Amino acid sequence: MSVAPAEVEREQPGLDAVPDTPWVTIVWNDPINLMSYVTYVFQKVFGYAKPKAQKLMLDVHHKGKAVVSNGTREAMERDAEILHGYGLWATVSHDR
Amino acid sequence: MSGGAGRRKPGRDEPARGAPDEEEATGAFRRSRGRVSARFSASQAVILRNLVSQVAELMGGAAADPGGVDAGAADAGAASASAADAGAAGPAAGQGAAGRGEPDLSPEDFAAMMGAAGPTSPPEDPVLARLLPDAYRDDPDAAGEFRRYTEQGLRSGKVAAAQTVLATLPAEGGQVRLGPEDAQAWLRALNDVRLAIGTVLGVTEDYEDELEAASWADPRSAYLEVYHWLGYIQDSLVRALR
Repeated sequence: MSVAPAEVEREQPGLDAVPDTPWVTIVWNDPINLMSYVTYVFQKVFGYAKPKAQKLMLDVHHKGKAVVSNGTREAMERDAEILHGYGLWATVSHDR
Repeated sequence: MSGGAGRRKPGRDEPARGAPDEEEATGAFRRSRGRVSARFSASQAVILRNLVSQVAELMGGAAADPGGVDAGAADAGAASASAADAGAAGPAAGQGAAGRGEPDLSPEDFAAMMGAAGPTSPPEDPVLARLLPDAYRDDPDAAGEFRRYTEQGLRSGKVAAAQTVLATLPAEGGQVRLGPEDAQAWLRALNDVRLAIGTVLGVTEDYEDELEAASWADPRSAYLEVYHWLGYIQDSLVRALR
């Protein structure tokens, strides 16, 4: 994902660890938004390639929701705000 | 999510019905020379302008569509204060003669339908809640804080998108040509209108089945036809932009 790693203190600094990205943006399924439009918005907002955008869209459609980005809380709130501007039903969550 | 106007094209009762020379006016977008363009009939333009105005009003911005060709530009400025007071009757009262009696559903019908969710509605109003959703699902405090900082910007963004549609769609219909920025505004404005109508109607992903089965006498089927047509336009715009 194109989101910068979170600026969070690591419990074990120095370890070759997975980046700390405890916050996520989730998009929820709804019966109104068009599949083509949601794919387009993921490409436009996150710069995702079409296959990835399409897979996320299908995850939302079939599983009811999908994590579309992760990073700092501030970054996730910004993503949610942008997605709300496009009419997608996005929430921020402290994951993991 | 909705698959869009996949199985059936709008047409049985689409708001395009009109003179023979309007037959090509479907509202479907195509790409042409670096821009996207579509042709709208007068009745389509009246309905679309009216719906977009309703959303703008709901979002607290300049709302009333005076029905004139230059209405969009005029809406952008000082009209906002009086428009907010105008209430649901505003757009209906301001309609030009072009739309009278032409579509099966009058703009007044839409004003009545959308007016049920007026601008002073409490947060639990389903249309407002859908257009201005919570950003936190299980944390009301965080959701409230987020809303405090973002809702006004979200509202004004939606108003601006609506105003772009009003400024670029002639009230008497005709060709609409959009550059990249205006096309983005159209996408968002069309989506907001669909969210509002879809929420009022309580549509499901299977609304097309309902539409197939609906009786002509059922007023709901006419609203669903308009909803379907809006999805058709939006889908064509997405495809034209790709």
